[in-house]
Amino acid sequence: MKNEMKLEFDAISANESFARVAVAAFFAELDPTLEEISDVKTAVSEAVTNAIIHGYEGMEDKKVRLHCIIDDKVLQVEVVDEGHGIEDVDKAMEPMFTTKPELNRSGMGFPFMEAFMDELEVISTLGQGTRVRMKKKIGCTPWIQDED
Amino acid sequence: MEDNFKVIDNYLMVRMPEEIDHHLSGCISEKADQFIVAQKINNIVFDFEATRFMDSSGIGIIMGRYRKVSCFGGKVFAINADNRIRHLLMLSGLHKIVEIMD
Repeated sequence: MKNEMKLEFDAISANESFARVAVAAFFAELDPTLEEISDVKTAVSEAVTNAIIHGYEGMEDKKVRLHCIIDDKVLQVEVVDEGHGIEDVDKAMEPMFTTKPELNRSGMGFPFMEAFMDELEVISTLGQGTRVRMKKKIGCTPWIQDED
Repeated sequence: MEDNFKVIDNYLMVRMPEEIDHHLSGCISEKADQFIVAQKINNIVFDFEATRFMDSSGIGIIMGRYRKVSCFGGKVFAINADNRIRHLLMLSGLHKIVEIMD
């Protein structure tokens, strides 16, 4: 099965829930478990939130791009911003590291994306923006895990 | 929003919304801090009964409030957390500082 979807929306926090629900609806055709839906929604929410608060730092007229591809049973999600960029990607991906503690950020965004998706790739250039690419194979969670 | 905060003795009860993300987290943190300061509250109880979605913004809310009350010997509790929320608390190490209760 192949399918593709592109979305572009304003960098405002109200669109965080829109983005994760849109992705969940898009890959529903793969018949994911509730667990898989939650995993993807959390990861998308993290990436879009990062684009809005770190990429654009509250510049609401900027756009966040979301690009999803289904290839066989693999869902790929790309979240792209043309904002600040990340100075040190390795550092940014460390658990509990945050540049915005004053905003009550936990520093768990990238660790959650890593935990809930199978693959995570972050490409960032200072002054040009950040591209977060995540992949997850849908439909391979053993049924026994669904029990609890 | 106001209804979701209740003070019982030395405890601030916070009823968490259905979806906890960055969009709502600032407002919840701010409101909780007002209660902590104005009523000199030591302990906070986060009630996740209604919560169906949470991302790391929820972790940020709890961590921030923990910092505020822990220096005065206060404690933070999580109640009615489903498996998903428990998993998020574990992943971020919050189960070491937050008492998760049934």
